[in-house]
Amino acid sequence: MVTIQLEAEETRAAPPRKRGRPTSNRAALIFLLPFSVLFVVFFLVPIGYAVNESFYTEKRSGLGFGTPERVFAGLDNFAKVFADGGFAEGVGRLLLFGVVQVPVMLGLALVLALLLDSASARFKSFFRLTYFLPYAVPGVIAAIVWSFLYTPEISPLTDVLPFDPLGDGAVMWSMANIVTWTWVGFNMLVIYAALQSIPSSLYEAAELDGAGGWKTAWYVKVPLVRPSLVLTGVFSIIGTLQLFNEPMVLSRITSSVGKDYTPLMRALQVALDSNDRGQGTAIALTLAVLAAGLSYFFIRLSAWLTTRGVNR
Amino acid sequence: MKPTMRSRTITTAFMFVVAVYILLPVWWLLVSATKAGGDLFDTPALWFGELNLGTNIGRLMEQDGGVYPRWLLNTVIYSVGGAAGATVVSAMAGYALSTYPFRGRGAVFAIIMFAVLIPVPLLGLPLYLLLTQLGLLNSMWAVLLPSMVSPFGVYLARVYADAAVPGELIEAGRLDGAGELRIFFTVAIRLMAPALVTLFLFQFVAIWNNFFLPWVVLNDEALWPITLGLIKWNSLRTGFYRDMVITGAFVSVIPVILAFVSLQRFWKADLAAGGVKL
Repeated sequence: MVTIQLEAEETRAAPPRKRGRPTSNRAALIFLLPFSVLFVVFFLVPIGYAVNESFYTEKRSGLGFGTPERVFAGLDNFAKVFADGGFAEGVGRLLLFGVVQVPVMLGLALVLALLLDSASARFKSFFRLTYFLPYAVPGVIAAIVWSFLYTPEISPLTDVLPFDPLGDGAVMWSMANIVTWTWVGFNMLVIYAALQSIPSSLYEAAELDGAGGWKTAWYVKVPLVRPSLVLTGVFSIIGTLQLFNEPMVLSRITSSVGKDYTPLMRALQVALDSNDRGQGTAIALTLAVLAAGLSYFFIRLSAWLTTRGVNR
Repeated sequence: MKPTMRSRTITTAFMFVVAVYILLPVWWLLVSATKAGGDLFDTPALWFGELNLGTNIGRLMEQDGGVYPRWLLNTVIYSVGGAAGATVVSAMAGYALSTYPFRGRGAVFAIIMFAVLIPVPLLGLPLYLLLTQLGLLNSMWAVLLPSMVSPFGVYLARVYADAAVPGELIEAGRLDGAGELRIFFTVAIRLMAPALVTLFLFQFVAIWNNFFLPWVVLNDEALWPITLGLIKWNSLRTGFYRDMVITGAFVSVIPVILAFVSLQRFWKADLAAGGVKL
């Protein structure tokens, strides 16, 4: 997203207007002001505050009585983040979760979008609306409803399932199911919207070249909707790293999910329960850098794959 | 090329199976919201027992001193207020980025795009610590104001403005002697209107569905949105509250579903503009 846009920025034809007219600059300032103020106060300042906070630690003298003293700790908090097995464990869980859940969800979303777009599908508007329905259900509510469906005394499913959805081994995939259920339709709609805007002349050309439905889908449609796959991919990566609602809800009903199951939960626990703000913000910041880095890497990777002509 | 009968059947069957998967929890919620007493355990999970939806909703509205209607009202205030604010603020910023070739535009846009990559919940903790210092904790503003910041909204507004507001029209407005603000509020905003409805809807749902931000910044139960309230009731885990959680969850998803079904024609087309241009 970032790179693509920045390149577009340079090649964009400048509007037929003199650059940097005083009125133009002033007008731009006025229009940007409300967003900028809010953005600075509620986005940049918290980040700055967190960065500052993460360099400090509170030391209690002697036996831990008396008011703690706030002392500069340099990068100690970050060193602790990496030395701390719990953080690495949480990130490892998220990576395993994401590596399986994101491709499954986006693959299903792509297949559904292609089927909806194909001539073979019937009842299109019914299916489209149905798949999109979970988007209207708040994440925590979806998690609560599914948690009932995972509870043996209430659920119509647990008798049929060959495993306990809340057991140690299965609980992560039970969460993956909730996330997939919630977001597959939204992602499908983004891809479907992109499919709808492909000019039909391209399909006619493909048909003349003798391409069938499958070939057209794979060689014409999929490459053309790659930007929306990148977009949904980035959102899914960010979503995975901030995974919180589902484990939080499930942690209340099963011991398989601890209070620090994900790094975000751990950051809150350290900062609020253990009252170690420096350490908590250090965890949150590390995670933010990781999320931005992974998304950026993903965008570069797909741009590189595109220029290499893979799947073309 | 006409699809064969076989491919039509297989396609429809597959889509039907996925639809069953999607609808199963929704159906279970609907059925369960009509059950009272021990019916949740004693009757078939996916079919109705004695119909008590009215009784349940009545109880829901009075439970804990009638706090649920209050949560519902709060949710509406946060969603409508936050989404309206975010839409106006993002539209103005996106329009400015699209229209004026001011110095530093590329840098401003790059910062906004980078912000899209930062998971907002990770700001929750610093925001909590900051609002504590500012004494803004436990007020509606603590939810409303941060909800108005949508970097992705600015990005979409810019894309829409690029596509929908021709430079010639702005130039014509200037020749007619209209000021920049007037051009925006009388000409540009109308051309961008369909896209702005989409933007509003997305932000509305995002705030309606949000749990993390209000959970971090609000202690006072009277200020909570529904999501927080239901999580609290759910954590009490007694049979009495369980019925209320289920009915409360059912009631809370109805307004959003209705809003989406009735405003369908808006979000369908415009999603494309955002995705394709990327």
